[in-house]
Amino acid sequence: MTTLTAPAVETRRPGTGPSAARLTGVELRKLADTRAGRWLLITIGLVAAGIVTVQVFVLKDAEQTFTAFFTPSLFPVGLLLPVLGILSVTGEWSQRTALTTFALVPRRHRVVAAKLAAVVLAALASVLVSLAVAAVGTLAARATGGAGTWTFDWHLLPYAAVFQVANVLMGVGFGLLLLNTPLAIVTYLLLPTVWSILSAMIEALHGPARWLDTSITMQPLLGADVTAGQWGRLAVSLLVWLVLPLVAGLVRTLRREVS
Amino acid sequence: MIEVEHLTKRYGAHTAVEDVSFRCEPGTVTGFLGPNGAGKSTTMRMICGMTAPTSGGARVAGRPYRDLPNPGREIGVLLDASAQHAGRTGREALAVAALTMGVDRRQVAAKLDLVGLNQTAARRRVGAYSLGMRQRLGLALALLGDPRVLILDEPANGLDPEGIFWMRGLLRDFADRGGTVLLSSHLLREVEAVADRLVVIGGGRVVAQAARDELLAGAGTLVRARDQQALRLTLDRAGLAGTAGTDGGFLVRAEPEAVGQAAAEAGLVLTELRPAGSGGLEQLFLTLTAGVSTREAVR
Repeated sequence: MTTLTAPAVETRRPGTGPSAARLTGVELRKLADTRAGRWLLITIGLVAAGIVTVQVFVLKDAEQTFTAFFTPSLFPVGLLLPVLGILSVTGEWSQRTALTTFALVPRRHRVVAAKLAAVVLAALASVLVSLAVAAVGTLAARATGGAGTWTFDWHLLPYAAVFQVANVLMGVGFGLLLLNTPLAIVTYLLLPTVWSILSAMIEALHGPARWLDTSITMQPLLGADVTAGQWGRLAVSLLVWLVLPLVAGLVRTLRREVS
Repeated sequence: MIEVEHLTKRYGAHTAVEDVSFRCEPGTVTGFLGPNGAGKSTTMRMICGMTAPTSGGARVAGRPYRDLPNPGREIGVLLDASAQHAGRTGREALAVAALTMGVDRRQVAAKLDLVGLNQTAARRRVGAYSLGMRQRLGLALALLGDPRVLILDEPANGLDPEGIFWMRGLLRDFADRGGTVLLSSHLLREVEAVADRLVVIGGGRVVAQAARDELLAGAGTLVRARDQQALRLTLDRAGLAGTAGTDGGFLVRAEPEAVGQAAAEAGLVLTELRPAGSGGLEQLFLTLTAGVSTREAVR
């Protein structure tokens, strides 16, 4: 063991705080540097690759196009990446790392903003992964005698980005609001199912579901075109399930006592 | 420099901390003493901006904690060694903090070495660490930004005797270089060896604060006689209030001379007569905080 290297008395200027970019980098790193995070990312990759592999076998030769591989690969990511977003928020409380995080960055809103930026970047990166996986699938289709055509509707790219970003932000919103890992994950995953069960049972919910059930309002994003009406319904559903939880969750996180 | 002014924290009807004020000067180690549930951790969390006080405030390095732009470079904080992500390696936990503070990456290895966590330990997940290893990791984390102030909550918990001895040396060295240290403990013996000042808290209030030597000096006299019963009567007659120790001696709130005089006049044979020192401080600590730990705050 050595002695303390730096003199504690050294006079120095107060210094500036970490930049938003630095904090985002830190949060990106924290997404992948725990065992749970790493395995979740690996699982997402494996499931996406697995789905494409299945497509190579089950789709008719003529249907094996780039688009046919790209779209289905979005689903597992859209389902699991938000869980990573939830963990990034709730892990701070369940693992109690908030004590360290907020000791280093006491302005908590900066940490939350960095977390949001990090998961948005992760969601955008996931679209690139979907593209890559679809490309590999297309090449595999060609090699195995499928069509393997590179037809791709470029509209799908921004739609896919909106789909993933909205999903992951919704996850973080639930995480911020509930601040409890199992509760947030279960709520997030069950919500669409609860909607479909309820609207199947209750006639009166058919109408509102078209505006509020995100599994319905997000559906057009996976098709070729989104109409103005569909954008409107998507916006309304996201206001309720994304913006409100995010805002309420931010307030709760800023106020909560860390212990 | 840490300045705590009239800090109060209430949870509904329960008052966890009431009007706590003290200062920690550069170059000193302040021991923050009190039984479990006395309000030590709540006070420290309020100093570090984790808990909003009901009233009062605290400043570290001249500013409220939340106003410090990069607090890790000025203040090293260890509020709970268990508060680490179980799935992260020790090295990674430090690397993330170094990245946040903008500290040179090489400091990670240097600080791990300083607290005695070797390569193998650094590569293991924190979930597999013993409490003592977590304390060392927490200390490495607190020292990572080369701060001038250290705020440590029960840092000796889980450390073995060698570890406690090592930590005392480290904190003493830190203070001797002009650093400010505030460390809490529920064990008097743990802090009296290293602290210059003691702040004793019980039931959320400061019950005593002074330089350690001053508190030790005022700790009274320990006296023992061949005839216990006669000694008790003599002390009572002389108006010297004494409390019986567990080993047959008496602790008297008076100077040894006064006690000796009383014994001599009664013709008693004393087998021991000395300033009580730390034993007395312990007795004082117990009386000052009596009853508090038995009805420990539950919230």
